[in-house]
Amino acid sequence: MSTLAFVLLYGVSYGLLLCIISVGLVVTMGLMRVVNLAHGAFAAIGGYLAMGLLTPLGVPFGLAIVLAVVAVAAFSVVIERLLYVHLYGASELDQVLLTVGINFIVVAGLTLAFGPNVLPTRLPASLATSVDLGFRSFETYRLLVLGVGVVVIGALWLVFERTALGARLRAAVDNRSMTQAIGIDVSRLFSIAFALGSGLAALGGALGAPLLPLEPLYPFKYLVLVLVIVALSGFGNIRATLLVAVFVGIVDTAGRYFLPDSGSFTLYVLLIVLIVWRPDGLLARRARR
Amino acid sequence: MSAITSPLLDRRRLRPRELVWWLLALGYFFVFPEYLAVATSVLVMALFALSLDLLLGFAGVLSLGHAVPFGIGAYACALINLAGWHEAISGALAGGAIAGLFALLIGPLILRLSGLPFIMVTLGIGAVLYEAANKAVWLTGGDNGLPGVTLDPLLGVFRWSVLGQTGYLYALGWLFALFCLTRRLVASPFGMALQGIRENPRRMQLVGAPVLRHLVVAYGLASTIAGIAGALSAQTNAFVGLEVLSLNTSIDGLVMLVLGGVGRLYGGLVGAPVYMFVQHFAREWNPYYWMFLIGALLIIVVRFSRRGLIGLLDDLLARARQRLRR
Repeated sequence: MSTLAFVLLYGVSYGLLLCIISVGLVVTMGLMRVVNLAHGAFAAIGGYLAMGLLTPLGVPFGLAIVLAVVAVAAFSVVIERLLYVHLYGASELDQVLLTVGINFIVVAGLTLAFGPNVLPTRLPASLATSVDLGFRSFETYRLLVLGVGVVVIGALWLVFERTALGARLRAAVDNRSMTQAIGIDVSRLFSIAFALGSGLAALGGALGAPLLPLEPLYPFKYLVLVLVIVALSGFGNIRATLLVAVFVGIVDTAGRYFLPDSGSFTLYVLLIVLIVWRPDGLLARRARR
Repeated sequence: MSAITSPLLDRRRLRPRELVWWLLALGYFFVFPEYLAVATSVLVMALFALSLDLLLGFAGVLSLGHAVPFGIGAYACALINLAGWHEAISGALAGGAIAGLFALLIGPLILRLSGLPFIMVTLGIGAVLYEAANKAVWLTGGDNGLPGVTLDPLLGVFRWSVLGQTGYLYALGWLFALFCLTRRLVASPFGMALQGIRENPRRMQLVGAPVLRHLVVAYGLASTIAGIAGALSAQTNAFVGLEVLSLNTSIDGLVMLVLGGVGRLYGGLVGAPVYMFVQHFAREWNPYYWMFLIGALLIIVVRFSRRGLIGLLDDLLARARQRLRR
């Protein structure tokens, strides 16, 4: 029982973290139809920025994360206007090459700025404790990830489903040219969605630094994991992203716990089989093909 | 011959310009006898990029896991060799055949996909095989790799020298043979069908072409060639390490091809030497500057020179010709 609760709590908090990182990519990919392999780069920059503000400069944990998210979101709009603009409607090859190129530059930049090794992340004292939940004690940090994950994804869902901006975004995902035809500025929508997605990635990178260690090769290391979640979510489907990410989180944690030797290997094989079985996303309705 | 069909059928004819590359490759052997080992790995990567060109440039299939057949060919060839079969040519063929068989097994499943799911699956299979090779220490040696590949004299005559003369000519011979084969292939009706699929798969389906079967065959052939390239790397380095299966290898091959020019057969042959030359010196300078350089290069290629170096060369030649005419 206690093992099950442990695996579930760790798995769900890990899954929510993956969801925060991936959900922005699900939305932008649904909107722009760009295979963006550089999404993890924004998460890495966010993580490094937050940790850089936290440790040497002594900025409080929460403020450091907020600043990192805002900075990455602003930076991503510049990149979107400068580089991604040319990828809308371009071939997949162009999209892959350009975004891999961005990854390389970010990896090199992070190495030059922070060195080639894993950046040690020191949590503030208040988060490095554990809380007794009755049947077992858990790290406070895990609970924080869980709480932030629920709040952020809940807020995102509200924005997507209940606001005018969300309605426009959904419309553009479903039918871009029709949305444009009724007078919605789709290219501005792209910038907003891109900033939102990159900001969320940065949040995931910063908040998740103790779980997904920050290292220069971060953009490549978590590429497969993030993109698998995106592929299994289908285009622009937030609910599916949440389910898939939590599923991946639980399976990965359980795998590491019960099969320490082949856990992640089994997970990848499972995910590949799932993509081959359901290329439009796990929850996609077959008829929409 | 009508004007419309001629550019396609032209591919069959050898143009004098093409001979330049092969003469340079042969000339290198005599001019730089002390740098043959590096040049041999350039030839191997050129062959790898050529196999990717068949897949990407002609069938329009973008795989981010082309290191998979390369690595399988390398490991298969090394294992056969270590088991006691030391003949080189059949060893390379066996490596290619096993890589090709693997591709024929997974091809029918994954080639139904396109776009992001396909890219993801190829990336994922690469990651899984890398992990598997890392874990299966009893088979692959894990991190330590498989050292000690030894070969009988080539054709029973040419011994494998320390400076790598035999290795260089051996790799060049394979590259030439497989290049001619690929050239024939893309000019054949099958090659035309592949290019049709690249341009518009749905329309090809409508005119009755067996799209999936064509793609599987193309994937199998490209993987066989990539497997032979991997086998050559195992034989000429006398060693196989994990990096043959890594994402880096896939991306290296892709960048070399794009740098030279996609869909022109010579893309990899031009791209590989340029890429590896720049890489060699940039890495000596600072390994991270190399990553900046390659990242910037990729962005520049996408933004300004989609036809690669060969396209650039074509443009320059055309301009020079115009000036001469004036």
